[in-house]
Amino acid sequence: MNRNFAESSVLIDVKNLNSGYGNRHVLHDINLSVNDGEILVIMGGSGSGKSTLLRNMLGLKKPSEGQILIDGMDLCHANKSELLKLRRSMGVAFQGGALLSSLSVGENIKLPLRQHTDLDENTINIMMRLKLELMNLAGYEDLMPSELSGGMLKRAGLARAVIMDPKILFFDEPSAGLDPVTSVELDQLILKLRKAMNMTIVVVTHELESAFTIADRIAVLFDGELVTTGTVGEIKTCTDERVVNLINRSPRDIQIDAEKYLSRLTKGAN
Amino acid sequence: MFAQIEKLGAATIQKFEEVGRLSVFLYRTVLGLVSRPFGFKELLKQIAFIGARSMPIILLSGLFTGMVLALQFYDVLARFGSVDLMGSAVSLSLIQELGPVMTALMLIARVGSSTCAEIAIMRNEQQFDALTCMAISPYRYVMAPRLLAAIISIPLLTAVFNLIGIFGGYVVGVFIKGLSGTAYMQTIIDTITWSDLRMSIVKSFIFAVIIIWISMGKGFFVHLEKGVSGAESVGRVTTKAVVASAITMLFADYIASSFLI
Repeated sequence: MNRNFAESSVLIDVKNLNSGYGNRHVLHDINLSVNDGEILVIMGGSGSGKSTLLRNMLGLKKPSEGQILIDGMDLCHANKSELLKLRRSMGVAFQGGALLSSLSVGENIKLPLRQHTDLDENTINIMMRLKLELMNLAGYEDLMPSELSGGMLKRAGLARAVIMDPKILFFDEPSAGLDPVTSVELDQLILKLRKAMNMTIVVVTHELESAFTIADRIAVLFDGELVTTGTVGEIKTCTDERVVNLINRSPRDIQIDAEKYLSRLTKGAN
Repeated sequence: MFAQIEKLGAATIQKFEEVGRLSVFLYRTVLGLVSRPFGFKELLKQIAFIGARSMPIILLSGLFTGMVLALQFYDVLARFGSVDLMGSAVSLSLIQELGPVMTALMLIARVGSSTCAEIAIMRNEQQFDALTCMAISPYRYVMAPRLLAAIISIPLLTAVFNLIGIFGGYVVGVFIKGLSGTAYMQTIIDTITWSDLRMSIVKSFIFAVIIIWISMGKGFFVHLEKGVSGAESVGRVTTKAVVASAITMLFADYIASSFLI
């Protein structure tokens, strides 16, 4: 599974990234790189900052500090045309598919081709069917998103994300809300995609099994800090308490100061 | 005391922020109208939704409004012995005021609420994020066709409302109150001028922009609603959009009337 990326060039480089919402500081000095052709899994518990990091990497959120270089281009300071060029080289599969509810599955998948290419309708239809076939969704093109199951929505979203044959694919929580079998199917699909299309893939997940199956490298986030990055083997043998707790699924200690809590409750009554 | 002033100040700042945000939203949507490729398919779909599918409620509400107006005017005009002027009274009231306002109110209820809810759900389901990531501007692809469809459809619906309202007045005046049909139509032709029609067209155009702008804008910024999320946030912004559209429309009606009369 693990490839040697020592020789590979860095495709995504996150440098000293700080980000948050209002006064709430979510990400603290994140430094992370993704090599060309590798599958990097960003892993962490709920509230660890995975989704914020992904939103920053997609250019959907401006960081308060730091740089995100994608193929050498600074995402945070790119002008409109540079940003468009960058976005056309990236595919994003969202957690719930994020298909446009007013369009059929097929129309959704064809949308990027219709908007960004001059291809004729026949070619677009062939490309759409090929991608649907790759996702095991052949024959579903005329259904509306509301008629699909959770797993199918994710696969249809993935088909749309790869329709332009992007260089980089981002996948947000591929296994969330799916049964174990569908989850394994999606993992296999991600590996199949990398093999078939030679993509660089960044996956955000909190599912350990999924991360260990697909990752070349794993980056572990905890409370907005990047704890460590390493291969699956390195993560499994990591001695950092936060990583060990995550792998062993040990819950965090919840500290309740009873006196403080009671005094807060009675404050209003006095 | 100071706490109250502080609250008032914070609420005022928040309102100004919202107006600013919605103004930028409208500016970007208007820019979307001139960006390529324009969504003609989406435009036709929205014209069908805002225009064609609103026709039944516009026909019904226009008919009843015209009929009620005729009843009211008959009663008033009879006191002054001027029932012959009913055609002009009904048509002037409809064309100058009630047609544009009633059409706008009906469309706020039907189109504004559903547009706001649809856009808010699209936001909650990350559909705008998906469009942005596909390098497709949500302003160009989603908002601009809706704005143009409203600008095309609402003045036409207002014209339909005016016509059917005049017909409703005719039904009550001629068939129920026994007035002369020819006199009813002749007073309309003699009274209505180009400036009356212009007022109706200008008002319906302004109302179209207000309804669709506020409905789309409120839905688009649903994620900024404080203290709520998911279905509750959609419900809250939809209510706010309906109220804000109606009040802004009535305020604009006063301003437009004061310039056009």
